[in-house]
Amino acid sequence: MPDATGLELLARDLGERTPGSILDTEHFRGKGAVEVAPATIVETLLALREAGFTALMSVHGVDYYPDEPRLGVHYELLDMSKLDRVTVRLRVPTGAPHVPSVTPDWPTANHQEREVYDMFGVVFDGHPDMRRILMPEDYEGHPQRRDFPIGGEPILFTHNEATGPRWFE
Amino acid sequence: MTTDQHISEYREMEASYTLAEKTVVDGDRELLTLNIGPHHPATHGVLRLLVTLDGEILRDVKPIIGYVHTGIEKTAEQKSYWKVIPVVERMDYLSYYFNAYAFCGAVETLLELEVPRRAQYLRVIHMELNRIMSHLVWLGTSALDLGAISVWWYCFREREQLLDLFEMSSGQRMHTRYFQIGGVIEDIPDGWIEMVRRFTKVMPGRADTYGDLLNRNEIVLHRLRGVCPLSEEELLKLGVTGPLLRAAGNPWDLRKAMPYCSYEDFEFKIPVGTQGDNYDRYAVRLAEIHESCKIIDQALDALPEGPFITEDRKVSLPPRHELATSMEALIHHFKLVTEGFRVPPGEVYFPIESPRGELGCFVRSDGSSKPARVHMRDPSFVNLQATAPMVEGTLIADMIATLAMIDPVLGGVDR
Repeated sequence: MPDATGLELLARDLGERTPGSILDTEHFRGKGAVEVAPATIVETLLALREAGFTALMSVHGVDYYPDEPRLGVHYELLDMSKLDRVTVRLRVPTGAPHVPSVTPDWPTANHQEREVYDMFGVVFDGHPDMRRILMPEDYEGHPQRRDFPIGGEPILFTHNEATGPRWFE
Repeated sequence: MTTDQHISEYREMEASYTLAEKTVVDGDRELLTLNIGPHHPATHGVLRLLVTLDGEILRDVKPIIGYVHTGIEKTAEQKSYWKVIPVVERMDYLSYYFNAYAFCGAVETLLELEVPRRAQYLRVIHMELNRIMSHLVWLGTSALDLGAISVWWYCFREREQLLDLFEMSSGQRMHTRYFQIGGVIEDIPDGWIEMVRRFTKVMPGRADTYGDLLNRNEIVLHRLRGVCPLSEEELLKLGVTGPLLRAAGNPWDLRKAMPYCSYEDFEFKIPVGTQGDNYDRYAVRLAEIHESCKIIDQALDALPEGPFITEDRKVSLPPRHELATSMEALIHHFKLVTEGFRVPPGEVYFPIESPRGELGCFVRSDGSSKPARVHMRDPSFVNLQATAPMVEGTLIADMIATLAMIDPVLGGVDR
């Protein structure tokens, strides 16, 4: 795991490469995290790939409600030769939840970005197939948001549909 | 609105599933789009595949998932930390000990809680038994897909023994809720160690028997050897981990690379393949059963004495006998069962090696007694993306064999 100094050095290199990309760094429980500007995520990940973090292990979303900007996307990177991990995270507001997609460079992000879109409504620009993945195609809302209400889900059975069309409305 | 209109509306929504771009090849041959599943025995769960066929050759395959999405991650946000364990256990229903450990490990990291050695060893024993159990189910169902029914019966005979062991140690056959934050719920009962030893003594021989049944079987070899390989680089790009990556020759195993839960104490080998084809995927998993038996034996030999759960009363329930005598214990018990314990704010990603690859649990705490976000990076979900690159251009029958060798568990894919 990069120590606190190593993380600062890494962040400085990233910041020099893409000016304005690094917003914050955090060293928590023995692991480093870098917060970047959403627009620079692709460049940051490519720079980190050159620095040895070749594997993108996970992309997941977080809702920081009630803090603003609310929606967060986390990228977990892994260096398989130095046995090192680093987290890259970014935050976007619900009003304009647009993040450049990293799928063209990291095919593993394909389904995971779709899941973040499905659950949080973060739109990944440049993704080849930006659709819902777990929820039904016609689902309204993004259920993992913290202010999404729980319960009252209509259950779609053909029996209900036949006896009273649009019964759930 | 009539039912017909609804159906046509639904068809329109489904139109976004891009099917074959070319429907006619070479003037007279036509491409056929075929729907497999979601209810189909060969898809190992509720997986739907849209395949585009040129005769029997696969041109495209699109996995469509979400049929068993149960919102477990959302449910977890409504429960106090220790009540989340039984919920996350149900994600990947063949590796429940791993799900529970990934979550407990993440929360323990947030709490900076030290887990007693005995608890760590007990966790290792249970996780490795679970790994064998998961591989047995995989082997049985995969052999069934290839047309061999006897292997299925044999595998489930041994699986039954494992489930009996789980029942003996925790009271449940599946989703045992045995791992707790800070340790395990109770010590193992008398006689359990002997039963595990009896099992690890016969299991390697049984695994060899399965190998003998399959390794020289003409049909199995034709279905597996040289079928649907994928190179190490491709797999890494797709984020594939676990036996699939090791079959391609990369010895990446978190138990060795970044040990957790005292895995550094045990000697074991990492089986790797050379070709990355279906046969290697099969052989790697079969060899892992042997290695897991070795780890269990070593852990039983060196099982330390001491507490099986942390003594920190703010996190773990006090022992029953203390409740009658100690007011403090009663207060702790009351606080834990009503509100639960609070966890310092922070975000942690805790990866472990599950039977299918890297299982990472992300937990965000906002300082309250309920997690603000729980996310599982499930290996089945990520590995499933490798289906299309693996099977394009092969026969449809090979896709069934490859899907079996990828070993996706749909409970883990959809969560």
